Amino acid sequence: MSTRLSNGGRFLNRSRAVKFKFNGKNFAGFEGDTLASALLANDQMLMGRSFKYHRPRGVVASGAEEPNALMNLGAEGRFEPNARATTTEVFNGLVAGSQNHFPSLEFDVGAINAKLSRFLPAGFYYKMFIHPRPLWKHVYEPFIRKSAGLGKAPKAVDADRYEHFYHFCDVMVVGGGVAGLQAALAAGQSGAKVLLVEQTAHWGGRAPVDGVQIEGQPAQDWIDATVATLEGMENVTLRTRTMGAGVYDHGYALGYERVADHTPGDGRPRHRLWRVRVPQIITATGAIERPLSFAGNDIPGVMLASAVRDYVVNHGVAVGDRTVVVTNNDDAYRTAIVLKEAGLDVPAIVDARAKGGDALAIRAQELGIRVLTGKAVAKVKGGKRVTGIALCAQAGGGAVLEELACDAVAMSGGWSPVVHLWSHCGGKLTWDDAAAMFRPDGTRPPLGANGEGMVIAAGAANGHLATGQILHDGHKAGQAAAAATGHAALDTKAPTAFDATENALEPVWLMPQGAGYALRSKAWLDFQNDVKVSDVQLAAQEGFESVEHAKRYTTLGMATDQGKLSNINGLAILSKALNADIPDVGTTTFRPPYHPISMSSLAGEATKDHFQPLRKTPMHAWHDANGAFWEPVGQWRRPYCYKRKGEETAAAVAREVMNTRTNLGLLDASTLGKIIVKGPDAGKFLDMMYTNMMSNLKPGRCRYGLMCSENGFLSDDGVVARIDDDTWLCHTTSGGADRIHAHMEEWLQTEWWDWKVWVVNATEQYAQVAVVGPNARKVLEKLGGMDVSKDALPFMAWADGTLGGIDCRAYRISFSGELSYEIAVPAHQGQAFWDMLMDAGQAFDVMPYGTECLHILRAEKGFIMIGDETDGTVIPQDLGLGWAISKKKDDYLGKRAQERSFMDNPDRWQLVGLQTLDGSVLEDGAYAIADGDNANGQRNTQGRVTSTYHSPTLGHGIAMGLVHNGPNRMGEVIEFTGVERGNKKAKIVSPVFYDPDGEKQNV
Amino acid sequence: MSDRSFQGYATVEQIDGQGMITVRADLADPKVAAAFKKATGLAVPETGKATEDGMRVLAWMSPDEAMVFCPAADAGTITADLKSALARLHALVVDVSDARAAFTVKGPAAREVLAKLAPFDTSAASFAVGDFRRTRIGQIAGAVYMANDTDIGLVCFRSVGDYAWGILCASATQGSEVFA
Repeated sequence: MSTRLSNGGRFLNRSRAVKFKFNGKNFAGFEGDTLASALLANDQMLMGRSFKYHRPRGVVASGAEEPNALMNLGAEGRFEPNARATTTEVFNGLVAGSQNHFPSLEFDVGAINAKLSRFLPAGFYYKMFIHPRPLWKHVYEPFIRKSAGLGKAPKAVDADRYEHFYHFCDVMVVGGGVAGLQAALAAGQSGAKVLLVEQTAHWGGRAPVDGVQIEGQPAQDWIDATVATLEGMENVTLRTRTMGAGVYDHGYALGYERVADHTPGDGRPRHRLWRVRVPQIITATGAIERPLSFAGNDIPGVMLASAVRDYVVNHGVAVGDRTVVVTNNDDAYRTAIVLKEAGLDVPAIVDARAKGGDALAIRAQELGIRVLTGKAVAKVKGGKRVTGIALCAQAGGGAVLEELACDAVAMSGGWSPVVHLWSHCGGKLTWDDAAAMFRPDGTRPPLGANGEGMVIAAGAANGHLATGQILHDGHKAGQAAAAATGHAALDTKAPTAFDATENALEPVWLMPQGAGYALRSKAWLDFQNDVKVSDVQLAAQEGFESVEHAKRYTTLGMATDQGKLSNINGLAILSKALNADIPDVGTTTFRPPYHPISMSSLAGEATKDHFQPLRKTPMHAWHDANGAFWEPVGQWRRPYCYKRKGEETAAAVAREVMNTRTNLGLLDASTLGKIIVKGPDAGKFLDMMYTNMMSNLKPGRCRYGLMCSENGFLSDDGVVARIDDDTWLCHTTSGGADRIHAHMEEWLQTEWWDWKVWVVNATEQYAQVAVVGPNARKVLEKLGGMDVSKDALPFMAWADGTLGGIDCRAYRISFSGELSYEIAVPAHQGQAFWDMLMDAGQAFDVMPYGTECLHILRAEKGFIMIGDETDGTVIPQDLGLGWAISKKKDDYLGKRAQERSFMDNPDRWQLVGLQTLDGSVLEDGAYAIADGDNANGQRNTQGRVTSTYHSPTLGHGIAMGLVHNGPNRMGEVIEFTGVERGNKKAKIVSPVFYDPDGEKQNV
Repeated sequence: MSDRSFQGYATVEQIDGQGMITVRADLADPKVAAAFKKATGLAVPETGKATEDGMRVLAWMSPDEAMVFCPAADAGTITADLKSALARLHALVVDVSDARAAFTVKGPAAREVLAKLAPFDTSAASFAVGDFRRTRIGQIAGAVYMANDTDIGLVCFRSVGDYAWGILCASATQGSEVFA
């Protein structure tokens, strides 16, 4: 059984007990425990069920590479699935639950899959569910979705805060083991600005666990001294609980800081995403031990040898009373020695190598440990925990020589450098045959913008496993990175270390070497996705020769751990099955993040109220307080209508329309773009930007204009006012201001750079109010200050003046067909001006109106709306706007495109009004159907609805649409699709439904 | 919009009454420089910098754009002065005092608060006193000015003033110190 030792545990604060819950039961641990160590201390070996076969699984590792011990953590707003028990620090009140089991972890119905495993080989789902086709969508997929998946999806709103942090430095060192510390020291001493990040809460990595001596002292002493030195350096920033998550092009890296995962609710942001711009990155990310592939290697109690050692030294936890160590290298002997010295029993070290180990083996034997060489595990015995192992010769087929009772197995298949960050941006790997590992090829690093390497791998991440070499490599990397950023290295030397002499590792990809199918089909490669040796061999046999194909076919390495333990073993098996060398098979692609990071950290501050910027007009608060039913328009919020108490939306809209037509309406038009264009060439410029002539507009007058893209399609519209001889003010659509401003700047900066034109986007300088309706003039006269009479300010004129004592510019323009003024005032006086109008307007039955009323008013008049009548494929000529296209001009943007045969063509769909025979409202986007079917068997169409409303003024539905040859078919009745209420017949009519002669606006 | 203040581990203040004038002109033209001198008393700043006299700030926006910051009450006069001084040159002068929201982030941690929102190097080595920079603040365009060792002036468009206020305050909230 796994248990807490009475001594040891360098991370523990034994004076601080911590209480937590796992699967509803109370547990106790100590401050400094991970969830995994605390569960092990309570003999909770079983921590989850596997993905496919629901096999009972315990923790395998002690760090980020853990594939099995995945937990649902927390509740409600702090619920999170798929958290690794090995990287979760325990705290008082932590709530954890295991995943992927039903009804309980101990008894799981899905485990029947394991019994059926011979019927569920690699590619099973692909083969089984491909026929018959229709069953996929309705039967197979829903079923597979239900049975798949590990954790549950969070349902509550996240209770925490997150933030980004932009950081700039010369050198970023990822990994705070001894290599990273030494690299940071060397770079820092050279004067470079250094950021050193470590994913765990502790500095020093494995060195203290491995009992290493540095400069003649225990590693911990050197680590403490070095960290203190680094902390004293102004140019070095140190960060624990911060993982280097990804390396990207152009010297960009992400750091993922878990600020408050272990102190939830303390007011700090939960995660902080470091967005680091850095020319030189050192990956001192260490190495991960590989499992050995033998039958039953997934039974709870079988763990990586290094993890068994970690739990003893770091957490004072014994995984078992009697642990058999199985290895192909010397390092695992350290585990046996640590266990023995902790007073635990090690029945045997099973070394697959005939020659066994060197100095550490001698030490183990001195301690009385039985060392078996050339031997292997035939199989592990046990179900929900290990009860023993059967031994065999590594060379044979697995004939059992002896059985040993034990409750834990510590396995080591050698070490794989963590090359992920090195590889993210294209750093190449080379296969080291002697060490049986892929290591970074220092001659082919990822390249930065200057064509030079931007990443340097150091220490174990660079394939060095002896402490002396690791320190030397870190030192060299730190100096090189500093030099690459212009900081000359000091004449310093790496610290020395004592390493025990070791015998070479012998690659063992399958144990025993000649294991038959029965053993291979119980030898797990990928624990999380349940991929076995036999699955990879089957994939190879079925022709999935590329490692990328074999990965996807078998799902090897595709789980949330991204194959940190399984990839190398898997591709070794694959290469053997293909009779190819490992480097020829190659690795799959390493992509960021190194380890899953929270989606919320990526969002940063952009959640909830700050999800996106809301643009507010100067009168926004008034609208909100007066019943505004909001509508998004670009990033603006505009009132769709103002609802009175108990009023339905449609009723409010109808009321606003009727009141504006008969009395007085106010519209907040501040969102309209207002772009000032000035200069000797401004007239020429605007003649190019607009389809019609703007250069001949007289100062004091306004003109409606159209803008097209180079492809001739209508892009924006608005009223242009000429301010003085060389100044124009261009109104754009609400959503178009920034786009049109950029469009103008682009043409000025890239094509007509020698034209003397300046452009300023003054949109937000003004609050603009449309004062609309038969009483519009009366209310302005009541405010007083400027002459707004027909003679002084005729239709399509503008004038500067004051109204109610506020400086303003009054435009006599109408988008409603009514007598209408648009009054621009400085934004900070917008609310005061609005209040004045509401106040003075009482006598004239004033009501504010929203965008839907605006739409209906314009549609009744047949005015087009960008985005309704246009969709990027419509030219002005389609909309009956030929009158707004100058025939006098040599050129304007879009002119040549509009002369193409398919544009200059009467055969296009063109704008008409549509009126249903029964007076009802056509559906938005409805198609006009035509006879027959097209080549795809779809019904032919002859037009579509672009705008459709109920007109309160006219008492029936009105619509505009584009219809084939429409203007020549007045009076014809055609049929429109209706998804909700069936097809409808409508008559083609003029789009101008109301006041066709324009008498009302011109009074 | 009005004056408001938030006390976190840095202080965030929104300032009413900040006058602002946009000038489009060729800043390399000595006649333009002379006109600025005449109308504002300030020299045309170097790229990425601002010049100031304690009351007014003249900031570099681009090779052909500058921004004058002044008390709002003076904006009308200075706009008129600039227009007249630049009348014979190709220039556009627009009073944009109302088009923007203005903030100050104050205190020793001001740079750190800004570094959570703006993707540029806010360290003293790269963003020194007197530096002016157009940048991104969260999801909006903004400009920042290092007025002195601890005060950062910040402007954005008026319509997104509430958004800027919200994310500045969130970033300055006690407990979210990066370097405590």
